[in-house]
Amino acid sequence: MASDKYENHEYDVIVIGAGGAGLRAAIEASAQGVKTALICKSLLGKAHTVMAEGGIAAALGNVWPEDNWKVHFRDTMRGGKLLNNWRMAQLHAQEAPDRVKELEAWGALFDRTKDGRILQRDFGGHRYARLAHVGDRTGLEMIRTLQQHAVHKGIDVFMECTITRLLKDGDRVSGAFGYWRETGRLVVFKAKAVVLATGGIGKAWKFGTNSWECVGDGVALALEAGAELIDMECYQFHPTGMVWPPSVRGILVTEGVRGDGGTLKNALGDRFMFKYIPEFFRAETADTEAEADRWYADKKNNRRTPDLLPRDEVARAINAEVRAGRGSPHGGVFLDIASRRDAEYIKRRLPSMYHQFKELADVDITKEPMEVGPTAHYMNGGVRVDADTEATAVPGLFAAGEVAGGLHGANRLGGNSLSDLVVFGRRAGLYAAEYAKVFKGTPTVDAGQAEALARECLEPFERSGGENPYAIHQDLQECMQTLVGIIRTEGELTKALEEIATLRERCRRIRVDGNRQYNPAWHLALDLQSMLTVSEAVTRAALERKESRGGHAREDYPKMDAELGKVNMAVRKVGEELTVTRERIPEMPPDLKKLLEGDK
Amino acid sequence: MPDAVMRLWRGDVRGGAFREYRVPTEEGMVVLDVIHKIQATQAHDLAVRWNCKAGKCGSCSAEVNGRPRLMCMTRMNLFAAGEPITVAPIKTFPLIRDLVADVSFNYQVAKTIPAFRPGPGEPDGTFRMMQEDIDRGQEFHKCIECFLCQNVCHVIRDHPDNMPFFAGPRFFVRLAALEMHPMDEAARAEYLRLKAGLGFCNITKCCTEVCPEHIKITDNAIIPLKERVVSEHYDPIVWTWRKLTGRK
Repeated sequence: MASDKYENHEYDVIVIGAGGAGLRAAIEASAQGVKTALICKSLLGKAHTVMAEGGIAAALGNVWPEDNWKVHFRDTMRGGKLLNNWRMAQLHAQEAPDRVKELEAWGALFDRTKDGRILQRDFGGHRYARLAHVGDRTGLEMIRTLQQHAVHKGIDVFMECTITRLLKDGDRVSGAFGYWRETGRLVVFKAKAVVLATGGIGKAWKFGTNSWECVGDGVALALEAGAELIDMECYQFHPTGMVWPPSVRGILVTEGVRGDGGTLKNALGDRFMFKYIPEFFRAETADTEAEADRWYADKKNNRRTPDLLPRDEVARAINAEVRAGRGSPHGGVFLDIASRRDAEYIKRRLPSMYHQFKELADVDITKEPMEVGPTAHYMNGGVRVDADTEATAVPGLFAAGEVAGGLHGANRLGGNSLSDLVVFGRRAGLYAAEYAKVFKGTPTVDAGQAEALARECLEPFERSGGENPYAIHQDLQECMQTLVGIIRTEGELTKALEEIATLRERCRRIRVDGNRQYNPAWHLALDLQSMLTVSEAVTRAALERKESRGGHAREDYPKMDAELGKVNMAVRKVGEELTVTRERIPEMPPDLKKLLEGDK
Repeated sequence: MPDAVMRLWRGDVRGGAFREYRVPTEEGMVVLDVIHKIQATQAHDLAVRWNCKAGKCGSCSAEVNGRPRLMCMTRMNLFAAGEPITVAPIKTFPLIRDLVADVSFNYQVAKTIPAFRPGPGEPDGTFRMMQEDIDRGQEFHKCIECFLCQNVCHVIRDHPDNMPFFAGPRFFVRLAALEMHPMDEAARAEYLRLKAGLGFCNITKCCTEVCPEHIKITDNAIIPLKERVVSEHYDPIVWTWRKLTGRK
């Protein structure tokens, strides 16, 4: 076979991506007794999960015994403005506590309650203190625990290896094609099943919290293989990123600051969030500062502070304050915990934030307020999957974590990402292994297919054009930041599509110098293809959703539209075009519907 | 602001040299920002390993003016304006290209560490652990695996032939975290003594000095581990028991 020309590996299940979802999927697949490999672009343990700060949401009921999966389900659905896949939201709320306990059994050290159980903290949109956490570095604890567990289980790990395309045998997936970053050597993985756990797309925007890895390659791989995307327009801008100095603009400031008592203020010193309580959340939100402050200690008799409204609401409020000229000196607003909690408490609860502001901005957060503003953060939508099995529309292809859509609907609640990773990572690994076990025959890779991919991959070295991939990336980020940002209009979105088409043209003229050994210009040239594809998918879906809901806000359609609340925007690749279709969300069963009504 | 003058190591195993680049800077920049600027405008194929640019992933370790640091947490204003700044790859590990080193040694060591083995928890499958009993473990869990401590440890920096017999400070921290986990029941004294080469460490504290997470590696991890090995291995009663029974 001609594909033997390349380095060749054969597995039952390959997992692409080694953040929380990928690691958990690989652990599960391997535990099912199938031959499993984990492939990641960076060194093991460096994936974007490592940056998660505030915590992992799970209704353990350790702090508030009143909490249970039903309340978590309700919070998640309402946070997502009911666009969520309700079955995923149900499974997620039901299984998250077991996944947290499992992390503890594998060695994670979460902060403790006074009686020695896992402590939980307040976060936006969650009715009770629900986030298991380790100070403000929960993601590090989680990835390290999973990483060490996977290593001790003997799972094969391919580090610094990038997958550029999924291979197919007829309709079904049969492996993946990629290159080693270190040497530039090409590599073919044959596999019965593939789990995508490649994370997000944040690098398409200029100011964001994401690492270089978040280029949407998994989304592009899935589209190319024939899978569908949903809710791509509902991209999440986290309300609080650093805004100063310029070189660190976008770096995440955890919602835990507000969960632990911090409050947002404008340049006049007003706690402005009280002016931005939407009708949808009015009944459950405090309308006076006194009630909001009492709520931290007494949740039975007080309603939640508007500082902890879901992220989409807070991000838009900050945006509006800045636009109205009431922003901070560097174009953000103030986040103040210094005047509300003592220095000891702040340093214990938020050590990374303390360190980050001190080292990067010369700000002591125990003495002064932080300057913060919205920052591109999270893909609420993603590859459409079956709720129970995480199977995509392509046989043998599964997806879990940020790359998969459905759970979060139009807006994700903080803390629901880490739980998403382990709940659905485990399920994806389990069902990929089951699929592999009943798979008949061996996966085959068409030699011509591998040849063509190799040519495509190496093309940037051959061309004579003079385009610089870094400049194209910068222009794409500028375009997405200004035209497909927090608030959108038809005119801007249409203009963005034109610019994306121009950038695509320019991409065909990228010329990369040097050789294939650890060459970041070459890597970026290939990543740009994915970024352009996801940018186009987001923009097309955003044009189609003529309303404002969750992470998607249209200046020309500022209200929610009840009819559009019943559909997902599905993106597919048909020929060379991306198409958007409206697809009806299945009716929610009565028992779940009842949970949503409840007390408001 | 005057341009930054950067002397970056360019080359691979076949050889290389420092090359000088001049770049305009802006307020608040860190070394990694400047490297990225050079990449985007002057040296597109400049190899550098990084991920989060927020001090959380530990990927961008390098030697800046000879001192091991994370490039993303090293502010440019630490240096006199206009003075040349030298950036070299971490030296203890083999070079791949430019600023990227091959740190696979560390991933090999990780595989050999005796895993976490908890005793029985509560009937509901959870653990009861008091905060004060896990404070030290949490300090160790702050490790971001930047491997700066490994890089600076003279046991392997000056004597690479020790590598097969020495786990290094990062893994002493990991072993200490496991040993001090309130629920852990695995025995690691023999591993520490024979495989991890704990005895090679002569507590010069170089590792502690470079740790970006300010983990007190020597005082809180290595010294208690040395004491544990002494009390478990060299205890006269245990020693006699071993001699008599032939058991470990």
